[in-house]
Amino acid sequence: MKQEIFVIKSQEKIAKDVFKMVLSGNTNDITAPGQFVNIKLDGFYLRRPISVCDYDKNELTLIYKTVGEGTAAMSKYENGTELDVLTGLGNGYDTSLSGEKPLLLGGGVGVPPLYNLCKKLVAEGKKPTVILGFNSADDVFYENEFKALGAVVYVTTADGSYGIKGFVTDAMSDLDYSFFYTCGPEPMLKAIYNVSKTSGQLSFEERMGCGFGACMGCSCKTKYGNKRICKDGPVLIKEEIIW
Amino acid sequence: MVDTSVSLSGLVLDNPIIPASGTFGYGYEYAELYDINCLGSFSFKGTTREARFGNPTPRIAECPAGMINSVGLQNPGVEKVISEELPKLKECFSKKVIANVGGFSLDEYAETCQMLESQEQVGLLEVNISCPNVHNGGMSFGTDPKMAAEVTKRVKAVTTKPIYIKLSPNVTDIVEIAKACEDAGADGISMINTLLGMRIDLKTKKPIIANKMGGFSGSAILPVALRMVYQVYDAVKIPIIGMGGVSTAKDVIEMMLAGATAVQIGAANLINPFVCKEIIEQLPEEMTKYNINSLSEIIGGAH
Ligand SMILES: Cc1cc2nc3c(=O)[nH]c(=O)nc-3n(C[C@H](O)[C@H](O)[C@H](O)COP(=O)(O)OP(=O)(O)OC[C@H]3O[C@@H](n4cnc5c(N)ncnc54)[C@H](O)[C@@H]3O)c2cc1C
Ligand SMILES: Cc1cc2nc3c(=O)[nH]c(=O)nc-3n(C[C@H](O)[C@H](O)[C@H](O)COP(=O)(O)O)c2cc1C
Ligand code: FES
Repeated sequence: MKQEIFVIKSQEKIAKDVFKMVLSGNTNDITAPGQFVNIKLDGFYLRRPISVCDYDKNELTLIYKTVGEGTAAMSKYENGTELDVLTGLGNGYDTSLSGEKPLLLGGGVGVPPLYNLCKKLVAEGKKPTVILGFNSADDVFYENEFKALGAVVYVTTADGSYGIKGFVTDAMSDLDYSFFYTCGPEPMLKAIYNVSKTSGQLSFEERMGCGFGACMGCSCKTKYGNKRICKDGPVLIKEEIIW
Repeated sequence: MVDTSVSLSGLVLDNPIIPASGTFGYGYEYAELYDINCLGSFSFKGTTREARFGNPTPRIAECPAGMINSVGLQNPGVEKVISEELPKLKECFSKKVIANVGGFSLDEYAETCQMLESQEQVGLLEVNISCPNVHNGGMSFGTDPKMAAEVTKRVKAVTTKPIYIKLSPNVTDIVEIAKACEDAGADGISMINTLLGMRIDLKTKKPIIANKMGGFSGSAILPVALRMVYQVYDAVKIPIIGMGGVSTAKDVIEMMLAGATAVQIGAANLINPFVCKEIIEQLPEEMTKYNINSLSEIIGGAH
């Protein structure tokens, strides 16, 4: 973990209430896909945790949905705004577990952390398949970006207005995969946990105090003992989850 | 050169800055970020006799200028704290620490304190009496002067280390409780714990915190904490560790003027993990600005 000042390079709306923000700054402390950053916003007491969507040496891409006052304020920040960010938080996904044909499943704003994961997997010579789940056609983002990485991509929408009608689990039943990685709303994670045929890693959300392991605000019980979502997670392995 | 040192019942601190219990874990997360030996001391996570998972999540809710927490004293239990946490802590912190102790019965408080008695690293014991008493319908020990005095007597009987009783602000008359603790033999008072609070989610129309209520702390509570420290300072002779909403060097000076000998910083660490180090660095400059040569000389200066 490090505290760094990042500068907003660009912000654009990429779907309904969803923004892509590119920041420049030191990303040295980010070591794995699926990690997150915790952003201080003017006028709000607690920081806002957002997953790393992509990064290189001195650029960080985040994708977030405006769900409340903090994210709404963030979406109005101008280019050049400086942000106080704690970076390199959480454990992230482990690409060494993937096997040859990993399956990536993202739901809504659970999609972003899978992007850098997919990039890493492709770079390691693996053949990822990606299923992106959204509510409706207006919500869909990053289909082409994942395709550009060379992944096979399926999109599902709950109302059938785009791609396959249904949930990500409806698109995964006929697929053959060696391991799965997922991030999204908890009911989706649970459904995947129940129908998946292999082991996998699931990324969880919790309301956070600190985001770096100090306050015990985000604890959960696992088969391997108590864990802090922010420090020992957000990524947990299927076998340790108690449901 | 200004003098920032203070003394708590014989324990001399280089400066009065102490991270508050529950916001600094057992120190290592912060030791990754800076050398925590710059701190006066620190109060470790509330420790109980048995290991506790604590409350269900969500445990955290944001407030204007503060936060609510309902962690519920999650800790590995005193035995593990002694066998695992304290040895690890010794590697990153060479000064004496403050052992924060919670309990749900008089016996439990006494046993936990007795076990910590042999720990050389522990400079003083801070006994959190905001916990519910399981033998008395769950009413908190800290809301009744008789119960507060009883806890004080029981822990005093089993340890030679200074005992600071940590008071709950959720009472009608905090002065009466502080006096009862002093009369029962407390070496000092630590105050204030969090204020009972609540937030409701407008989307679900239900409380955000799983346990419905939780402890409110952060900048917003500074005026309440100052007022209570001021009142208790007038009524007792033993030293006070003041806390509640402190986040700057100026706040520290204000808290000391109200009557605190040392000052703890809680929620502010969670937002700015460097806050204690920054305050320690800024103190000399602020002291010079307000013509203060020695911090120990300003304790209770507002009276
Ligand atoms: C590890 C992690 C990674 C995340 N990654 C992303 C991401 O990549 N993109 C994205 O859009 N969102 C992500 N989220 C969710 C995001 O943190 C919340 O949507 C955001 O904090 C809401 O802030 P707000 O002020 O708009 O909402 P408000 O509801 O006004 O916020 C009030 C408080 O509740 C907290 N809160 C509200 N919703 C959530 C939530 N779902 N999870 C955790 N805390 C919450 C806020 O942080 C704040 O402290 C992530 C959450 C976690 C824990
Ligand atoms: C996340 C969190 C956990 C806490 N845990 C404890 C605890 O275990 N024992 C205790 O005596 N006080 C605990 N407290 C209370 C603080 O030590 C302190 O008394 C209070 O937060 C007021 O200070 P602040 O406004 O600077 O946060 C906790 C506070 C927070 C925010
Ligand atoms: S949010 Fe503080 S420990 Fe996870």
